[in-house]
Amino acid sequence: MAAIESALLQTGRLDTLARQDTAVHRIDPRAKVITTACFVLLVVSFDKYTVAAMIPFLVYPLALLTVGRVPPGFVLTRLALVSPFAVVIGVFNPLIDHEPMVRLGPVVITGGWLSFASILLRFLLTLSAALLLIATTGFNRVCLALERFRVPPVFVVQLLLLYRYLFVLAREAARVLRAYRLRAIRSRGVSLRVYGSLVGSLLLRTLDRGQRVYTAMGCRGFNGILHPSIPLRFRTVDAAFVFGWCAFFIVARLYPLPQHLGHAVLEFLS
Amino acid sequence: MSHHLVEARDLYYAYPDGTAALRGVSFRFTHGESVGVVGANGAGKSTLLLHLNGCLSPGRGAVRIGDVQVTRKTLPDVRRTVGMVFQDPDDQLFMPSVREEVAFGPLNAGLAPEEVEDRVSKALETVDASHLADRPPFRLSGGEKRAVAIASVLSLEPDVLVMDEPTANLDPHARRKTIDLLRSFHHTRVIATHDLDLVLDVCTRALVLHHGQVAADGSPADVFRDEALLAACHLEKPLRMQACPVCGTGD
Ligand SMILES: Nc1ncnc2c1ncn2[C@@H]1O[C@H](COP(=O)(O)OP(=O)(O)O)[C@@H](O)[C@H]1O
Ligand SMILES: [Mg+2]
Repeated sequence: MAAIESALLQTGRLDTLARQDTAVHRIDPRAKVITTACFVLLVVSFDKYTVAAMIPFLVYPLALLTVGRVPPGFVLTRLALVSPFAVVIGVFNPLIDHEPMVRLGPVVITGGWLSFASILLRFLLTLSAALLLIATTGFNRVCLALERFRVPPVFVVQLLLLYRYLFVLAREAARVLRAYRLRAIRSRGVSLRVYGSLVGSLLLRTLDRGQRVYTAMGCRGFNGILHPSIPLRFRTVDAAFVFGWCAFFIVARLYPLPQHLGHAVLEFLS
Repeated sequence: MSHHLVEARDLYYAYPDGTAALRGVSFRFTHGESVGVVGANGAGKSTLLLHLNGCLSPGRGAVRIGDVQVTRKTLPDVRRTVGMVFQDPDDQLFMPSVREEVAFGPLNAGLAPEEVEDRVSKALETVDASHLADRPPFRLSGGEKRAVAIASVLSLEPDVLVMDEPTANLDPHARRKTIDLLRSFHHTRVIATHDLDLVLDVCTRALVLHHGQVAADGSPADVFRDEALLAACHLEKPLRMQACPVCGTGD
């Protein structure tokens, strides 16, 4: 529980990381948004049993991570926090789908396990790409890029508020949890009965605060349109970033190199 | 035309749940006046302040800023004239860095980038927070957050400053700095507070609210001398005006 609390309190880390100055951070937010979108679309387009062919796609998040100086632990803990959802989505596949797909000597891997692994990998790839986009760009500038792509302002502002809102929610949650733990010294978790009222009070506090935050924004003349503090500039480097990566993704999608390699290895083994 | 005038005529306001928070409040604050709005918890101070820049609109009565009545149509003008500092800085600060936070208002007002930059550095200098420019606002101390919240309103160069409990939750040093800052302003100031000593330091006028009505309105020294009034409104004489129990001096 203390771990959840500290993870919640670290929500601001994303903004702190986004303020670094590296080659990745300097790329125009629009370029990073297009590239990430292309990445996500291609990863999602693989068929449900694909595992090996997705592996080259790991290069992109790893590159952002390294060049953008984002600590791997930061990304991994966020992924771990959300991974239960992916597990819940995929966990029944092995029980349902018994079709043998791959034989590794005596070991038979069924379609169910393959598709489960595929879901997990897809989840890992898309989520880490999205997380790294924000960590190397800043959420405000991602929203700004969306606005420049003619995404309706109403939608962009909703997104911006949602982000700010999640941050507020996380802090309120951490506060409520701490207050609870101080009074429930002996119990190790939150009992279901208490859980209900905790969530209820949390929701009310958050709604209240969200309302006040929005009022305060209105008081400083916010009318739904974002204004960048640093003007956007699309340079040659940014174009090169987009074309380089997208070309790589498309090639990796159309010519699943590891699959050929993998087949060769499997043939050799059997 | 003077924007520095703040006038309320017979304000009534009830929250959607039926709580009558304001019950006939009238006043007229003039140019450069510094007014302390005091009263117990729930007296209606915050509700009153929210009317001054149109965050709430009265059920009955009207608010005028200069010669503009606060309505939906005049809201952008009113909000440029009346700067509002909220009680909890966390409600106000949401940009990823202090600099962007302070630039938020001017950018919304459509000012040119150089002008925005000027105003940001000026506002940060005024509150003595230039060194915080690149820090994320949510990581600051209470006093620093308050200073940045004030700067984020000053950068709009308002004529009237409205503040809700500016010294709440501050340590003595941060409180003193905030008071000195408030004294240095020449704006028309409306300050809601429980801190009657602050009112003595900063304000030229005290407006006492009780159950949504004006219980007294006058110079702070006069109002705070009326012990019966203070007791009726659940307030306590400023410490400075009380006899000192340790050294035995005072009146
Ligand atoms: N959002 C709200 N909904 C319903 N009642 C409210 C709300 N905010 C304040 N009130 C009530 O209105 C009255 C005045 O509140 P407020 O203006 O916040 O007082 P103060 O700032 O002087 O402590 C109180 O009785 C309070 O309970
Ligand atoms: Mg209040």
